[in-house]
Amino acid sequence: MSKFIKIDGVEVPFEEGQTIMDAALAADIYIPHLCHRPGLSPHGSCKLCTVDVNGRAVSSCTMPASEGMEIENDTPALKKVRKTITQMLFVEGNHLCPSCEKTGDCTLQAVAYHLDMLDGHFPQFYPRREVDASHSSLVIDRDRCIMCELCVRASREIDGKDVFAISGRGTGRHLIVNSPTGKLGDSDIELDDLAAHICPVGAILIKDHGYEVPIGRRTFDLHSVAETDLEEVILKKSAHHDEGEERDPNEGGVYGV
Amino acid sequence: MTMNTQPPEHLLHVMHAHQEEHRFISDQAVNSIAEKLKLPRAQVEAVREFYAFFHSKPRGTYDLLFSNCTSCGSPSLMRQLCELLHVTADKTRSDGAVSIGETSCIGMCDHGASLLVNGRPLHSLDGSRIEAIAKLIEAATPVEQWPAEWFEINNHIHRSDLLLKESFTPGAALHAVEAGGADAALEKIRFSDLRGRGGAGFSTAQKWQFCREAAGDTRYVICNADEGEPGTFKDRVLLTSYADAVFEGMALCGRIIGARQGYIYLRAEYRYLLDRLENRLAERREAGLLGEKILGIEGFDFDIEIVVGAGAYICGEESALIESLEEKPGNPRIRPPFPVTHGYMGKPTVVNNVETLAAAAAIVLHGERWFRGAGTWQSRGTKILSVSGDCARPGIYEYPFGVSINDILKDCGAVQVQAVQVGGPSGRLVDPSHFDHHIAFEDLATGGSLMIFHHSRNLLEVIRNFTCFFTHESCGFCTPCRVGTALLKNGMDKVASGHGTAHDLDELKATAALVSRRSHCGLGMTAPNPIRDGLKYFPELFEARLLHQEMEPEFNLDASLEEARQLTHRDDAEAHL
Ligand SMILES: Cc1cc2nc3c(=O)[nH]c(=O)nc-3n(C[C@H](O)[C@H](O)[C@H](O)COP(=O)(O)O)c2cc1C
Ligand code: SF4
Ligand code: SF4
Ligand code: FES
Repeated sequence: MSKFIKIDGVEVPFEEGQTIMDAALAADIYIPHLCHRPGLSPHGSCKLCTVDVNGRAVSSCTMPASEGMEIENDTPALKKVRKTITQMLFVEGNHLCPSCEKTGDCTLQAVAYHLDMLDGHFPQFYPRREVDASHSSLVIDRDRCIMCELCVRASREIDGKDVFAISGRGTGRHLIVNSPTGKLGDSDIELDDLAAHICPVGAILIKDHGYEVPIGRRTFDLHSVAETDLEEVILKKSAHHDEGEERDPNEGGVYGV
Repeated sequence: MTMNTQPPEHLLHVMHAHQEEHRFISDQAVNSIAEKLKLPRAQVEAVREFYAFFHSKPRGTYDLLFSNCTSCGSPSLMRQLCELLHVTADKTRSDGAVSIGETSCIGMCDHGASLLVNGRPLHSLDGSRIEAIAKLIEAATPVEQWPAEWFEINNHIHRSDLLLKESFTPGAALHAVEAGGADAALEKIRFSDLRGRGGAGFSTAQKWQFCREAAGDTRYVICNADEGEPGTFKDRVLLTSYADAVFEGMALCGRIIGARQGYIYLRAEYRYLLDRLENRLAERREAGLLGEKILGIEGFDFDIEIVVGAGAYICGEESALIESLEEKPGNPRIRPPFPVTHGYMGKPTVVNNVETLAAAAAIVLHGERWFRGAGTWQSRGTKILSVSGDCARPGIYEYPFGVSINDILKDCGAVQVQAVQVGGPSGRLVDPSHFDHHIAFEDLATGGSLMIFHHSRNLLEVIRNFTCFFTHESCGFCTPCRVGTALLKNGMDKVASGHGTAHDLDELKATAALVSRRSHCGLGMTAPNPIRDGLKYFPELFEARLLHQEMEPEFNLDASLEEARQLTHRDDAEAHL
């Protein structure tokens, strides 16, 4: 017999060991998230997936589902909370969306649209963070990093490497590379690695393939971030997924097509 | 039993030793340490960047860090020394002789203004001592030759009760456990109703029971001696004069839950206690009170190792502490699972405060009635308080739970008190109309800090100081705390500098609420407390600093649109704000 949790009054089945997020995604319910990606260990750092369980705030990506949970997810109050958290991420970094190569393919931007975020609300922090262009086909622009550690986990858990880590504390946190010089060019990352493609924002980019898909036909120009089966699509970087099938997988940094 | 094989040295200790010698840890040093300890380079770099006492740029031969705590700090004395030595704060002097900076509370709150010089606490600072320090530095006198009394740290115990009154005979509690058996000892602790003294007040017997029942072949006991909460120094006193009770608390916990290894996680600021503690541990091994076959009993094996931190308040949070023990940056883990089932090295682990462990040993020795007789029905026993700030007798006071703020203020000689901070910055800011409230889990809970602020103090500045503390100490793992505490600090800076508006207060309130509710761990959840209590109980402090006292916006936006309305021939509701 299945067990159930309730999300916004709707009964959702779950299996032992599933998190609230797992159960929600399986039931086609969208809970906004940035640091979560099925197949990688949950992280619980962005806090966009915060929900209220029997009145208590919890992260749905890390909280195991358990019988009798009454979960509020898609409520005006939580939408506002998530919008504020998204605004926090925007002002903390330097996100110049119109000129960013990732625009339209960026999950942060898409989430912001989804939450009706119209401005940054808070004063900008304008951090100064280092760019690393030492790799022949990849570039790290730390200005846009949101510390989600998707690249860290993808490298460790899927690629079987240990290319990235987050260093520092507080707002001094930043992405570092596990190589003798700290430069990406001296690491063992390869273009086929998931870590090279998983960045939800424009912090890790593939060189020489900018603007291959024109703005207006990019992932979030055609899809809402709330489509729960979108993860696949998002990972098929630089080519739009509708075109993916026709393309040579070794060309243009296409991941795993 | 692998007790005698020497484990590889702890990363934090290797890095500390390297820095002692070279005054910093260079990128090359990161590489060589990583190689030597067979750790990923990025892990060593991340550790260097996480802990406040590791530096990637050379520090001075004399490295001075002034506490910026409201009780043991003094920004003006720091400025004085900077001027005397021609040093800019946070910049090593060009001759490499000296560097001066700030650090979070160093736990010397009952000893007046204090600093760390090359890691050693030096207290009772005043203008003339600062001048003397400057002379010693300019004369290149080694710190070892500075006046010894500057470094002497006394226990200022002004009131003792159950725990501090007893002198503890090493081994007494262990004998008591063996006399009645481990199960009976756990029952004693259960009936005593002992709750954790580290702040949260979780039932100690229940925690031990959970750990004991958790699946796993190896278990650990950890003594949380990180004591990073500004204004708290009671664990320092316990470790100085009651260390045997603490060690026995660990050993009997080990006996009850089936752990053979214990760790004391000692904050870096208390490194000066290390030799003394190591010696006590060696004596106990010698006396058969630690190591294999304790008290000669087959199968009673338990040993204790000390790991010294490197300057990070967050490492007091139990899961961050465990990460730090595992040679990583101190980021709090996801919960559940909790340490009692998945702790150090993924094994069931009990993490307890220093005072909790000492109390557990005393309970086993003297019986649960002895303990239950004191306190309130929800908070049994006594609480050791670190009292500091504006009072005649700062120091340690042990009271039965239920004592009122008024009584404490009377005992320590505090007059004209504007406010009291109970439980450190993460606790509650209490105004005089609440001084009849009690220290108890069901009223004013505290890990043990009580800071007193006289009427003459700028309380807004105090709140700003506390906010800065959290911003500095946030690990940065989660968005609400990482960005939120920075926003709160900016907001407080704006208000304090006289540029705030009523809108800024609303913003502070909203951001504070979100950070409290949505953060990943206790640090973020409590970081906004000073602002929230401040706005609630001392609103006039904030309002007095606003740019517009009458709470009007700078100009009337609606009125300024009048011209546009006329030009567009519109005057409907939509054309008004
Ligand atoms: C940010 C933060 C800092 C903490 N610092 C300490 C500390 O210095 N000492 C301590 O015993 N507990 C500290 N705690 C509480 C511990 O996480 C934990 O609850 C406690 O050590 C459990 O011991 P107890 O049950 O004996 O109280 C801290 C918690 C947080 C969230
Ligand atoms: S680089 Fe991208 S994937 Fe990696 S932590 Fe930053 S935002 Fe996340
Ligand atoms: S609340 Fe603060 S200290 Fe705790 S995990 Fe989040 S960022 Fe780190
Ligand atoms: S998705 Fe849950 S915290 Fe990021």
